[in-house]
Amino acid sequence: MSVPLEHDYIGLSEASPSMEGSERSSGGLNLKATELRLGLPGSGSPERENGVVAEDRAGYPLGMLKSLLVVSGAKRGFSDAIDGGSGKWVFSGSGGSEAELGKGGNLFSPRGVNGSGKGGLGGGSECANQNPGLGVPVLKDGVVPQSPKPLQEKKSQLSAPAAKAQVVGWPPIRSFRKNSMASHPPKNDDDSEGKFGSGCLYVKVSMDGAPYLRKVDLKNYGSYRELSSALEKMFSCFTIGQCGSHGVPSRDGLSESRLMDLLHGSEYVLTYEDKDGDWMLVGDVPWEMFTYSCKRMRIMKSSEAIGLAPRAMEKFKSRN
Amino acid sequence: MPRMGYSFPEEVLEHVFSFIQSDEDRNAISEVCRSWHDIERWSRRRVFVGNCYAISPTMVIRRFPEVRSVKLKGKPHFADFNLVPEGWGGYVAPWISAMASAYPWLEEIRLKRMVITDESLELISKSFKNFKVLVLSSCEGFSTDGLAAIAANCRNLRELDLGESEVEDLSGHWLSRFPDNYTSMVSLNIACLGWEVSFSALERLVGRCPNLRTLRLNRAVPLDKLANLLCRAPQLVELGTGAYSSELRPDVFSNLSGAFSGCKELKSLSGFWDVVPGYLPAVYPICSKLKSLNLSYATIQSPELIKLVSQCQNLQRLWVLDYIEDAGLDALAASCKDLRELRVFPSDPFGQEPNVPLTEQGLVSVSEGCPKLQSVLYFCRQMSNAALMTIARNRPNMTRFRLCIIEPHTPDYLTLQPLDVGFGAIVEHCKDLRRLSLSGLLTDRVFEYIGTHAKKLEMLSVAFAGESDLGLHHILSGCDNLRKLEIRDCPFGDKALLANAAKLETMRSLWMSSCSVSFGACKLLGQKMPGLNVEVIDERGPPDLRPESCPIDKLYVYRTVSGPRFDMPGFVWTMAENPALRLS
Repeated sequence: MSVPLEHDYIGLSEASPSMEGSERSSGGLNLKATELRLGLPGSGSPERENGVVAEDRAGYPLGMLKSLLVVSGAKRGFSDAIDGGSGKWVFSGSGGSEAELGKGGNLFSPRGVNGSGKGGLGGGSECANQNPGLGVPVLKDGVVPQSPKPLQEKKSQLSAPAAKAQVVGWPPIRSFRKNSMASHPPKNDDDSEGKFGSGCLYVKVSMDGAPYLRKVDLKNYGSYRELSSALEKMFSCFTIGQCGSHGVPSRDGLSESRLMDLLHGSEYVLTYEDKDGDWMLVGDVPWEMFTYSCKRMRIMKSSEAIGLAPRAMEKFKSRN
Repeated sequence: MPRMGYSFPEEVLEHVFSFIQSDEDRNAISEVCRSWHDIERWSRRRVFVGNCYAISPTMVIRRFPEVRSVKLKGKPHFADFNLVPEGWGGYVAPWISAMASAYPWLEEIRLKRMVITDESLELISKSFKNFKVLVLSSCEGFSTDGLAAIAANCRNLRELDLGESEVEDLSGHWLSRFPDNYTSMVSLNIACLGWEVSFSALERLVGRCPNLRTLRLNRAVPLDKLANLLCRAPQLVELGTGAYSSELRPDVFSNLSGAFSGCKELKSLSGFWDVVPGYLPAVYPICSKLKSLNLSYATIQSPELIKLVSQCQNLQRLWVLDYIEDAGLDALAASCKDLRELRVFPSDPFGQEPNVPLTEQGLVSVSEGCPKLQSVLYFCRQMSNAALMTIARNRPNMTRFRLCIIEPHTPDYLTLQPLDVGFGAIVEHCKDLRRLSLSGLLTDRVFEYIGTHAKKLEMLSVAFAGESDLGLHHILSGCDNLRKLEIRDCPFGDKALLANAAKLETMRSLWMSSCSVSFGACKLLGQKMPGLNVEVIDERGPPDLRPESCPIDKLYVYRTVSGPRFDMPGFVWTMAENPALRLS
């Protein structure tokens, strides 16, 4: 395989796909000849089963994986290899696919595809009118009936069982924006202590028995673990005993109240006040959601915290 | 060098080349013949490196010795959403130190998603005598001390744009470091700074820079000081306010209103944190000239938004929160016929229920009413195939379409079907589509449509979609112009990746996280494709301590001519050609 020239990787402006263009025109690079194609001896139909990948992982040792990577000049259709030819889904420019992919195959009616360049859904609005079986209402005047309520239950049946709250980085909103909105919640809360959301998220931290409070910038931490070590360091002068740190690596999971561990086991509990003014146990919700809703924190003596945890869990449950 | 008798003298060619600015054209020129290659490389003044690890600074400098402007990008896009762990990389220091000696006449540095230290900023300020432009987009690693060095030493600075960078605020006095005889500022964007800057220094700076066209303030600049600033800079074209709130007082209002009226050139407004609606009419006098309006931090309700937007007949770009509601978007569609770009952000992204009546209908209205609409970013909670098909038919000129249905796996709310057909319509009708982000319930079918139709697509973002490797295969085998592909939480695994390994060398990068790619496949890919860096990112520990069939956490693959990088943290492993050379 020829080594790509330097100029192919630099000097390319964002808007232009010059990479591919320059490669084709140069004539010096021909990656097609070295195209790697998969050569599976054949397996069950993969398209409808999520489990297929699991089967592969279990059933294909590395030796088999290696044989999958075939360097050849000939283009072998992925479909030929995978499905034994039950459906061709190699879409090449030369036109068409008589793909019968699953039951909805009527979307790819052959007449719309054969060399006419209009593959797939056919041209324009004709498709929608000619396929009433799709069950998609055709918009005449642009007004779409709204009836979200009755469908809520069905929606929850269809959606994946993964807990909605547990996703890092979703919805995809930049930190700057999240922090700006977080520190001054839309409810025009006058209690938010004038921390300017853009770029930092300072919250007060109080500790029962300590003579003064501290402030921490939640943006400096990426997880509960980091936050709790920092707090521990900050408040160690007020507590008795050692301030060890746990070397056990852990993920940002939910309900990971190791904060109690770090703060001398059962003596203290870390709590926070959220946007609604409720006092919650730190650690129940994903880190990002916590930074978004936390207004201030309090390191409480455990003896006072009895009765807090059940409330926090109830609230969490009612939100889900 | 051998020269044909009939070719132009070098000087003439150089002169001709000086009219060619686009990188694509310059690349083409440099491939014509040896002598053109040479002349071109000596005359290239701007370099854009889309992935700072695709090439080393030394190689760039060796090829282009007379560069004046450099643009670099570091972390992958998903770093914006905290998917790339802290410390992954994107350090600009090696570039700065190499350029400090090689490019004494460097004028412009633009960075995106990179880590830059105060030391680098200081080095910049002292190494480049004619330094003019510093743009730091979504960068981090520096503090106001670094900014102070820039202010103090860059006599010819024209543009200082901190984008949405994370800046450690040590002192607001860095602004005072601009010398009294410094007057060349044209564009200043400090909107990302969390704490106050010295206001008097800011005032004096604004007052003595007659060419100032862009001023984006941070939230800490109070509203009652804004009028003063505007009066000192009536020539402003772009303004970002600070916090737009103050006790309602007639004198403050009239000062502000008068100041805005005095800015005859103002075309772009942003900022508007903490808006007190009573002060909004202060901007009414200039609304009709506005081309760009960023209200995405303004927590004002639909009626006020409608009043404002209805007066902006020349608006081309609107960024707004979903408080605008469907009704507001109807008004937008009716008033702003020149609209090119719309972004609607969620006011309550983590709420389980919709908090405002903003649905797919708003987007449909805008797609109907605004014939020039070509760029959309839309967060909502419900969508239908019918709406998407309508949008697609209305707006075949769409070039960027990013839809985020907040709840993953949400189907068409009318039919409960996947949204495959709707997105299929988008890619089929919008033939110039360059960027697409998918969401909602999606099967492999949508990828079939994309592979078939999205021939101009350059960047695709996929989350919680698809059913099997077939989906990924459709993308990689069908999208001829694909440069960046980012995928999270999809059931895509080894087969499609390995079958399309060669495709990856035609792209800038591929990101896959929380998918089903095995460690074994990553190793294979790294071994077979020496032109790629295959990086496994896994905070659980070394992947070779687990079975090879075990899926890895995150995969980042990018083409490079400079081999594996040397600055990887402990949770990143590169699958090198020779396992013995693997560095971690």
